[in-house]
Amino acid sequence: MTTKDGRVTPPINGDTQELDRVTIRFAGDSGDGSQVAGLQFTNTAALIGNDISTVPDFPAEIRAPAGSLPGVSSFQVSFSSYDIHTPGDAPDVLVAMNPAALKTNLPDLPKGGTIIVNTDEFTDANLRKAGYQANPLEDGTLSAYRVIEVPITSMNARALKDSGLNTKQIDRSKNFFALGLMFWLYERPLDPTLRWIEQKFSKNPAVAKANADTLKAGYHFGETAELFPVHYRVPKADLAPGRYRSITGNEATALGFLAASRLTGRPLFYGSYPITPASDILQELARFKNFGVKTFQAEDEISAIGSAIGAAFGGCLGLTGTSGPGLALKSESLGLAVMVELPIVVAMIQRSGPSTGMPTKTEQADLLQAMFGRNGECPVAIVAPATPAECFDIAIEAFRIALRHMVPTIFVSDGYLGTSSEPWRLPSVADLPTIRVDFATDPSTFHPYSRDPETLARPWAVPGTPGLEHRIGGLEKADVTGNVSYDAENHDRMVRFRAEKVARIANDIPDVKLIGDEEGSLLVLGWGSTYGPALSAVQRARARGLSVSHAHLRYLNPFPANLGDVLSRFDRVLIPEMNLGQLLMLIRARYLVDAAGLNQVTGRPFKIAQIEEKINQLVRSKVTIG
Amino acid sequence: MTAQTITEPVPLARKDFVSDQEVRWCPGCGDYSILAQTQKLMPDLGIPREKIVFISGIGCSSRLPYYMNTYGFHSIHGRAPTIATGLKASRPDLQVWVITGDGDGLSIGGNHLLHILRRNVDVVIVLFNNRIYGLTKGQYSPTSEMGKRTKSSPMGTIDHPVNPLSVALGAEASFVARSLDIDVHHLLATLDRAAHHKGTSFVEVYQNCNVFNDGAFMEFADKDVRPDRTITLEHGKPLVFGKDRNKGVRLNGTTPEVVDLGNGISESDLLVHDETREDSAVAYILSRMQYPQYPVPMGVFRAVQRPTYDDLMEQQIRDAVSREGEGDLEALLNEGDTWTVE
Ligand SMILES: Cc1ncc(C[n+]2csc(CCOP(=O)(O)OP(=O)(O)O)c2C)c(N)n1
Ligand code: SF4
Ligand SMILES: [Mg+2]
Repeated sequence: MTTKDGRVTPPINGDTQELDRVTIRFAGDSGDGSQVAGLQFTNTAALIGNDISTVPDFPAEIRAPAGSLPGVSSFQVSFSSYDIHTPGDAPDVLVAMNPAALKTNLPDLPKGGTIIVNTDEFTDANLRKAGYQANPLEDGTLSAYRVIEVPITSMNARALKDSGLNTKQIDRSKNFFALGLMFWLYERPLDPTLRWIEQKFSKNPAVAKANADTLKAGYHFGETAELFPVHYRVPKADLAPGRYRSITGNEATALGFLAASRLTGRPLFYGSYPITPASDILQELARFKNFGVKTFQAEDEISAIGSAIGAAFGGCLGLTGTSGPGLALKSESLGLAVMVELPIVVAMIQRSGPSTGMPTKTEQADLLQAMFGRNGECPVAIVAPATPAECFDIAIEAFRIALRHMVPTIFVSDGYLGTSSEPWRLPSVADLPTIRVDFATDPSTFHPYSRDPETLARPWAVPGTPGLEHRIGGLEKADVTGNVSYDAENHDRMVRFRAEKVARIANDIPDVKLIGDEEGSLLVLGWGSTYGPALSAVQRARARGLSVSHAHLRYLNPFPANLGDVLSRFDRVLIPEMNLGQLLMLIRARYLVDAAGLNQVTGRPFKIAQIEEKINQLVRSKVTIG
Repeated sequence: MTAQTITEPVPLARKDFVSDQEVRWCPGCGDYSILAQTQKLMPDLGIPREKIVFISGIGCSSRLPYYMNTYGFHSIHGRAPTIATGLKASRPDLQVWVITGDGDGLSIGGNHLLHILRRNVDVVIVLFNNRIYGLTKGQYSPTSEMGKRTKSSPMGTIDHPVNPLSVALGAEASFVARSLDIDVHHLLATLDRAAHHKGTSFVEVYQNCNVFNDGAFMEFADKDVRPDRTITLEHGKPLVFGKDRNKGVRLNGTTPEVVDLGNGISESDLLVHDETREDSAVAYILSRMQYPQYPVPMGVFRAVQRPTYDDLMEQQIRDAVSREGEGDLEALLNEGDTWTVE
């Protein structure tokens, strides 16, 4: 629990101390409700005006054995009185509901951190399941931490002994006891969670009451037990005025695609095959039937993209979504979409690969797959959101580009962006861009493969339009007529048209912006979810007087028109990526700059400190600190 | 989206469905006949040309959409059902045809075929079965008979073949039929039935590839022997066949038996064809009948009514709208816990 510059401020009065940022990790067995506790804590922090950033961590197994190490699930929330971009490098506080949760999460907790531990679960059996030879609460393992021992299970049971619920049901409420305690510790109101409990368990009043009672019991326990010398307050953050809600990247993505449908006036069709971490989008969009959204759970990813191509042929917004393994299956069909020049969008939420890899862990190693993973010269447009809330705008942007340029567009997000959340300043629908859709209708001028002189887009002629009957397909098309052609010159021309069409999108997208100076020693260039840690690292380095700027790419194919110029104004370029250097390869090849990579493929997002350290290394020799 | 014509539409003729593309099949290929009957059928359907879409995969057979003066999509190998599903589900106003081959539909695209059939998407699927890979010049296909020598099986195949109709029935198809390229009247009538069925219509057409598998069906399909070696299924009628209509098929338990009529066996002993039977067990038994043990059944094996996927999808949207009202994006964005920063 530190302030921005690492100091702890003195208590405001005898027992409340003000902090400007706190990061808490709730960890327990998958059945312990750590996700619910974390989400409720987050909502409350957001509602009272903190900036927030969260990241969940799920076990890969759905029901790993209770108490085992693989069964641990956690939720990290960082809340602050200033603008933050990541859910925190490391937690300040770890709430460990059992020995396994302690064991798996302790390595992330810095020395001096606080551990709130549910002592009731530290039984011999549970210790054994977690692989502890001796009880870490007793053998000095935790001597470097501030350990607060709370018998959460039994106190919860005592609070609910008259609830009429059975032991098992009572035990399920213990996350609310822990949450209540955290609410007291950080001076949060209980009302939002009480309201949520009432709604969520409206069909089961006994459970609702138990959860509410134990939440309050946890809170009062904090008040009366003298375990904590102080409690803490994190004042409101200075966020831009407006109405906010907390949103995950995948939710924002689904809403963005829905908005694209509203803005174009064309129905949205989503074909998808379930895959972590993209399934949320299917599940979200399936809720929007009253918006006319059609969702199709296909038999596989090939069918999913085929259905999207069919929908696009019919004049609808054809959308498919998947992760890296699914994109691999879609590659032949994506080539077809490139050949027939239909405006589909593919949402790809990356996860750790290769192959099945680590499905619940994040990575950015599918950029080159998105870029090149098809046969033939087969360019597509690629966009990538930087933050969870931004997924909304970039999803709209994906369709805007696809429709205006008649080009398949890949929206590249990742598991970290998809599942983490932040406050989203709600746009007003009236302020969103309108997106024009023009169908060809005039038989006297229609040619399936004539091109718009500015964008090189071909006309969109949908079945049902009299007089425009025509045939498209995967065989090479003759320029203008669209008839099958094996002509050598024609093929060369068409390949170049398709490339040029994508290249010209650069005229239609914003320049990449610099945060920091317009020129200098080092540019940190990022894409996707490395935005948060990269930006924070640059801000910290700049606060220390280093000549570092930050630029973030939301458009990966084509790159923004000014990127080459921006790169040329810095002595060095650093590209942090959760892969072995994929953007790095593209940048070096395209701009011939000697960019350096900072690469990590651990399945976890970067920490700010890692990027900061690399920045230090690269600028140390060049910069004098003022 | 489609302009409604106010004046009485001019009736279309077969030539209106012939595209300007030169047909590129080998001379003598059975595909010509299937194309001709398809073009011939179109005007009778009374559907405006712009509302008809032919979607195919890859193979000689899959070239057909180029020759139809309708909307068309020659896609990639095996995937036509997926594109058809997306198109029909999003545009139920269109009449969608899928043209496929034995390799396209049953090998690389087998999975999609299974699923489009069970979903009962309202499209017509015509599978040209020539028991060979034509376009890739003569390798065996999933319907090639066991032991067949082809370029890729010089010692004969060791793959047990698949029976397209049995597969379709197993996949819960609501309409299953078989016809023959050279039996043009039967082919036209079968395609007509398929076009009028609501739900997925699956039609297998025995098609001669005169270059790589010439005469594959000749043993029973040749004009002279056809009446004695095939049997035309007619709904509500007993299974009678033969040039002299003196032979029939009856069921012994679950085993079909060929019998001569007379000598105490009359039509009333024969199996009466019922294409509307809910369970597909008898249709399946018929689909297993093969020459020379049995006459090869031709015609509609099964035609039952079941809600279509595209209708159900529309219905859910109507239900959602009537329950929750037309979607309001502004309200949706503001859903859940929100807070205001002044
Ligand atoms: C992904 C892919 N694999 C292989 C091929 C090559 N290929 C084209 S058609 C075909 C077989 C076609 O057989 P069938 O469906 O029976 O059609 P026919 O030519 O006999 O009408 C094959 C293997 C291809 N086009 N695409
Ligand atoms: S190869 Fe066979 S199926 Fe293909 S066009 Fe020639 S005859 Fe017809
Ligand atoms: Mg074939």
